[in-house]
Amino acid sequence: MQSITDQFFNLTIMAKTLPLMLSGLWMTAQLCAAVILLGLVGGLLVALANISPRAWLRIPSIVFTDIFRALPPLVLLIFIYSGLPFAGVEISPFAAVALAFLLNNSSYYAEVYRAGILSVGKGQWEAARSTGLTKAQTLSSVVLPQAIRNVLPDLLSNTVEVVKLTSLASVVSLSELLYNANMARSITYNASPLVLAALIYLVILWPVVRLVSRFQRKLAA
Amino acid sequence: MNNRPMLEIVSLQKRFGENLILRDINLKVARGELVFIIGPSGSGKSTMLRCCNRLEEPSEGDIILDGRNIMSGTSRDLDQMRLKVGMVFQGFHLYPHMSVLKNVTLAQRKALGRSADEANARAMDMLDRVGLAEKANAMPSELSGGQQQRVAIARSLALDPLVMLFDEPTSALDPELVGSVLAVMKDLKSKGMTMLVVSHEMEFARETADRVVFMDGGVIVEEGAPEEIFGAPKADRTRAFLSRVRR
Amino acid sequence: MQNFLQTFFNTKVMAQYLPDILSGMLVAIWIGLAVVVAGIAGGLALACLRTYRIRACNVFIICFADIFRALPPLVLILLLYFGLPGAGIRLSGPMVLFIVLALTLAAFAEEIFWAGFASIEKGQWEAGISTGLGFSRTLIYVALPQAVRLAMPPLVNRVLAITKMTALGSVIGVSEILSAATTAQSFSGSATPLSMAAIAYLILFLPLVFVARMVERRQDMRRGR
Repeated sequence: MQSITDQFFNLTIMAKTLPLMLSGLWMTAQLCAAVILLGLVGGLLVALANISPRAWLRIPSIVFTDIFRALPPLVLLIFIYSGLPFAGVEISPFAAVALAFLLNNSSYYAEVYRAGILSVGKGQWEAARSTGLTKAQTLSSVVLPQAIRNVLPDLLSNTVEVVKLTSLASVVSLSELLYNANMARSITYNASPLVLAALIYLVILWPVVRLVSRFQRKLAA
Repeated sequence: MNNRPMLEIVSLQKRFGENLILRDINLKVARGELVFIIGPSGSGKSTMLRCCNRLEEPSEGDIILDGRNIMSGTSRDLDQMRLKVGMVFQGFHLYPHMSVLKNVTLAQRKALGRSADEANARAMDMLDRVGLAEKANAMPSELSGGQQQRVAIARSLALDPLVMLFDEPTSALDPELVGSVLAVMKDLKSKGMTMLVVSHEMEFARETADRVVFMDGGVIVEEGAPEEIFGAPKADRTRAFLSRVRR
Repeated sequence: MQNFLQTFFNTKVMAQYLPDILSGMLVAIWIGLAVVVAGIAGGLALACLRTYRIRACNVFIICFADIFRALPPLVLILLLYFGLPGAGIRLSGPMVLFIVLALTLAAFAEEIFWAGFASIEKGQWEAGISTGLGFSRTLIYVALPQAVRLAMPPLVNRVLAITKMTALGSVIGVSEILSAATTAQSFSGSATPLSMAAIAYLILFLPLVFVARMVERRQDMRRGR
């Protein structure tokens, strides 16, 4: 029992590696800010293309979402990080992660937005258009606010997934939370830093996961 | 004062695939006139109304609003034109995420470019006119169906339309709430608004309409003053329809 | 253009490493199938158990589902693979991958099935119980089929998302597609194996994407959208 505590919940080691973990957390936070923002904006654009009546916009955007729903994000990340240099494009780990997740997350967010936009009744479009609002105005003032409210739980749960995905950046040696934790583990020969990293993720994400569940129950009721 | 019609529908046709929903509709609505359209469901009356602001795209024909053909022109012209044609829907379609006041000011600000103060003042005037000034800050979900429909009317009126289209405005309402909406419509008529109304409120038509149009199978079967249509209909189809409605 | 093809679609390299990629696909398929079966069965069992509303039991289920939905799978994978040996337990790479992904899928599946149960009208339960079926048989014959049908679209999406994570096995040396590809890439000095990996994943998962779309569309139609 003692040995298990020592191996997994060694407070001395946790305390010693805390600064390293916090600097990793800071990188994770920056990464989250970048990829969530990129995903939310990219996803909206893809969703709008997805429901466009113009085939030259719609068909490529549907192919886009299908392909990036099928490709594992890690494969995409490795492809960009290790593959692009072969084409003569040097790319930093941060940029590789941002680009990979822009592609991956846009297609996921797009699906959520699309469902939201379709959940707003045709009557809302007609009412707004009949008062002389343009298509763009109708979309931004009338349809999107309702659409986003309708799919808020899904947007939130997708964002949880995005945050979890940033841990993949450790594979391309970006010194975010998991990378630093794993480095600390290999230096100390002790799993406590990994446990600490898990606890940090839990502290941040558990409340959000609870919130999503509560939201969903409220919508179902 | 010119006496060209406020709204003129010329040789209007509407096809959905193989189906001819409207075949050669011609109708003139004079300034300040209330034209009341009746007919069985599927007769094309709602489609005709929705063609008047191109929510449905006419397959053929022209819609002339105050001397201007709305079938020509850019999509920008179309938005401008829609400002001048108010429309009231069976399902109200208030924006559920906005207060009553915001519902009435949105298009004034975004489409007409009015200032916030101007739009608010105008909105309060219109809400007062439909008897709901004290509900300005309520959300649509807090209102009864009748109140929602009156807000929808105020929303259109605030844009100073030339014509108001009513697409079965009271069909979705509980019977006790119908009266308040009809009262607002009657008031509009007395103030000189040009109105095109699709509805089943025959009593209202008899009292308020200048002209009643009976449609069936995508054509106008007959039209005339309310007392003619209700009192002595000429066509068999009109007679059959009216006796069914009267029970 | 010639250069691009040479780098990313070099046929000689393709021919050389195709067997490795194919055996990687096989590994991914086996682990993926095991994860799907264990994860869905586990999630369904937990959701059913939850309907009995036994307090201690439900607290455990909810905590389990929350924790495994909140933790990044890669954290768990590293913890089990590198941490457990310190406690004297040594699991193989594929085993770690299977355990983590199955538990993660079970957590999500539990929530999805539970949401299905929660949206079944109370009257359905009352009808079953009042016709003498008893709670458990009402659960099995009345509630479960309805819950499963409601759960299909989100479940298929989740299965897709989690089976894709078999690629994480490359981090702990599971010889699935991605690790076969990265190994081949460093040996051959060509990006072609990475393209092959991407294509292999598309071959495996695009059909699932289409299934997910179909299931969604059918559900939308039933709701009359």
